[in-house]
Amino acid sequence: MVDATHGPDAHAAEFPDVELYHPRSWWTRYVFSQDAKVIAIQYASTALAIGMVALVLSWLMRMQLAFPGFLEFIDAAAYYQFITMHGMIMVIYLITALFLGGFGNYQIPLMLGARDMVFPYVNMLSYWTYLLAVLVLVASWFAPGGPTGAGWTLYPPQAILSNTPGQEAGIVLMLVSLILFVIGFTMGGLNYIVTVLQGRTRGMTLMRMPLTVWGIFVATVMAMLAFPALFVACVMMLFDKLLGTSFFMPAVAEMGVQLAHNGGSPILFQHLFWFFGHPEVYIVALPAFGIVSDLLATHARKNIFGYRMMVWAIVIIGALSFVVWAHHMYVSGMNPYFGFFFATTTLIIAVPTAIKVYNWVLTLWRGDIHLNPPMLFALAFIVTFVNGGLTGLFLGNVVVDVPLSDSMFVVAHFHMVMGVAQILVIFGAIYHWYPKITGRMLDNTLAHLHFWVTFVGAYLIFFPMHYLGLMGVPRRYFESGDISFQPPSAHELNVFITVMALTVGAAQLVFVFNLIWSIRHGKPAGGNPWRATTLEWQTPQTPPAHGNFGRELPVVYRWAYDYSVPGAPEDFIPQNQPGPTPPHHEGSE
Amino acid sequence: MSDPAVTHSPPAEPQLPGLEGFVSDWSSDRTAFKTASWGKAMIWIFLLSDTFIFSCFLLSYMTVRMSTEAAWPNPSEVFALEIFGVHIPLILIAIMTFVLISSSGTMAMAVNYGYRRDRKKTAILMLVTAAFGATFVGMQAFEWTKLISEGVRPWENPWGAPQFGSVFFMITGFHGTHVTIGVIFLLIIARKVWRGDFDTEKKGFFTSRKGRYEIVEITGLYWHFVDLVWVFIFALFYLW
Ligand code: HEM
Ligand SMILES: [Cu+2]
Repeated sequence: MVDATHGPDAHAAEFPDVELYHPRSWWTRYVFSQDAKVIAIQYASTALAIGMVALVLSWLMRMQLAFPGFLEFIDAAAYYQFITMHGMIMVIYLITALFLGGFGNYQIPLMLGARDMVFPYVNMLSYWTYLLAVLVLVASWFAPGGPTGAGWTLYPPQAILSNTPGQEAGIVLMLVSLILFVIGFTMGGLNYIVTVLQGRTRGMTLMRMPLTVWGIFVATVMAMLAFPALFVACVMMLFDKLLGTSFFMPAVAEMGVQLAHNGGSPILFQHLFWFFGHPEVYIVALPAFGIVSDLLATHARKNIFGYRMMVWAIVIIGALSFVVWAHHMYVSGMNPYFGFFFATTTLIIAVPTAIKVYNWVLTLWRGDIHLNPPMLFALAFIVTFVNGGLTGLFLGNVVVDVPLSDSMFVVAHFHMVMGVAQILVIFGAIYHWYPKITGRMLDNTLAHLHFWVTFVGAYLIFFPMHYLGLMGVPRRYFESGDISFQPPSAHELNVFITVMALTVGAAQLVFVFNLIWSIRHGKPAGGNPWRATTLEWQTPQTPPAHGNFGRELPVVYRWAYDYSVPGAPEDFIPQNQPGPTPPHHEGSE
Repeated sequence: MSDPAVTHSPPAEPQLPGLEGFVSDWSSDRTAFKTASWGKAMIWIFLLSDTFIFSCFLLSYMTVRMSTEAAWPNPSEVFALEIFGVHIPLILIAIMTFVLISSSGTMAMAVNYGYRRDRKKTAILMLVTAAFGATFVGMQAFEWTKLISEGVRPWENPWGAPQFGSVFFMITGFHGTHVTIGVIFLLIIARKVWRGDFDTEKKGFFTSRKGRYEIVEITGLYWHFVDLVWVFIFALFYLW
């Protein structure tokens, strides 16, 4: 380890404590707050609220697939609108916003020993722009024609043709909302990156940062480079729709009428979308990787296995994920050499990812595993992620992907790898940090109930979908009707999946109840209930006060994973505890 | 991690040159860029992200230029002007480019005077830069008006591929918006310089952070970036 005794330089001391914005009223303390912790809670609550909408939409879709015609208001158009909004909300407005805007804001300053983000005012604007984006999205339900039904990939030309639901206003609102999201995210992202690079406390080197921060940091860097492609794609599609330009629109005849568009490239949109879309998968995965590493180490009382390897794996995955995007476009047709290139890069990403999984398992090896809710969710994540990763190896190969593309197999794959897996980490993280955020523990019994129903249920929902996909059941179908290649058992399976989906949904109400109930009635948590090493657990107050660390910022003397150190008085040594690590400690480098 | 305890006031360490310096900076605590303030780090990262936006726009332009079936109009002819009966291709664009590049010069001087705390010269040079910028936007408005009066629309134009107009309005519009925002920023900061806000370290209205001359340099970095982008637009859209 390079020594950490670098001198304090002019710039780090640049903004002394007094420069923190001090709220003067209720409004600036709780509503227009510039405190990253309050912004984090605002981001998280908004994301969870809109996420509930996406959850309800998934019930409605499942109802339609299992009991066609039972809910009369679901016609084909409504189904496509549900699919589109469900997918987009889950990926962007829930998971991305929650990991980066929510956990990023809460954890980065606290874990790095900073008073706040470096630009609190811009950080606040980030949240309000995000809220505006969400409101614009919600507004499309009340606009004439309803929300867009173009599918979350918004592929032109159909996204803006007149037979796609929501083409009056829905698609426009969707594009505007995405543009706003990118602008809002950029303001937040600048904060997260600069805080990590330039705002750490004394002794906190990059290689002493908890992996949570590493994951969020690299994900943010990726987002800053990937969202521009989405932004540009949205702007150009907006022009195609509103001004009649032909960026993405080839010559098209609609209902026998030749449209004015001509000469554009729909494939261009796919490239832009997936140049954003694939990194997006890792933008939501890397924070999960980081958080899981910390949950495992803390609750198995072991140092993380191969910390440096874990950091470099995160960085390498982040870099590689920019050169694989066209594996989403195998069926669009491409030069075979390109197919070869993108299949190869896709499979290479499996290497650093597998390294991470091995390291997690080795972290658990002979650990003192506490099967409490955060640990259960972390374990469930590993299993689910491996599952989704394995089907990813299938889909990464051109010849296997082509027949499976647009089937339920793909739906099963991406729900496992970027839906369920990430949601499990979010739950684990909430159970882990809720005591710090509120000062109270969540109810343990309800938590176990929530965990088992969610985990087992999610498998019962998505595992059979692999099978349906292999049978050839297509994705994005409103109703399958009588198709000869589908045996009746496929339909019975669909009914089963739907019942499970409703059950899992109901379990989320238990979780929401637990969140609200425990704010007042939970067991008091104390400052460090998990006996964890990282700085957020060492704050003088719980919940941490404005400015996080009282009069003096903590000084960091060690990495974040000194658990079960032989010879130490306790089984953990906080990062800010001075003195050398006792000898014979395997975890020290 | 078994390194010895970090003392509360570690000795100031000289910066090492070259690769070694890079490694030692990145493995040190607190900051990775030893000479960059928060504001400067932020603007660099923002500009990196913005580079990706402009790159996507330009790559998309090249793609539609290839995908469209109709012939691409000849920019040298489209952007030619008759001046005193002489037909000069691209003359307006050449002047615009010259104006914008000159504004980078005055901006660089403003930054220099800012760090010398020469209030007056800094403010005046910033205003000159803003004036150059406004001239640029004005000429762009003239160009837009001229093309619109000749029948160029985002969806069609008299000379060939409809994407010509789409790309023209979109890319110059997006770049022009950047210049306009820059001009507004220059005016606001110039006013603060003139009033002496940065000498008294007056706190920002929204941010409650102390004002520093560094903001002149940050504005300057943005301004140079916008100029640089124009060079690419000039080369790839107008000259090609
Ligand atoms: C209880 C949980 C969930 C259930 C029951 C569920 C169900 C569904 C269903 C039925 C579809 C439509 C499949 C089709 O007919 O093509 C779908 C699509 C989708 N879901 Fe989920 N989902 C759940 C959670 C999630 C989560 C957490 C994510 C986050 C990544 C997610 C992302 C998507 C995406 C991206 C699509 C594709 C939309 C499209 O085809 O345009 N889902 N989901
Ligand atoms: Cu991908």
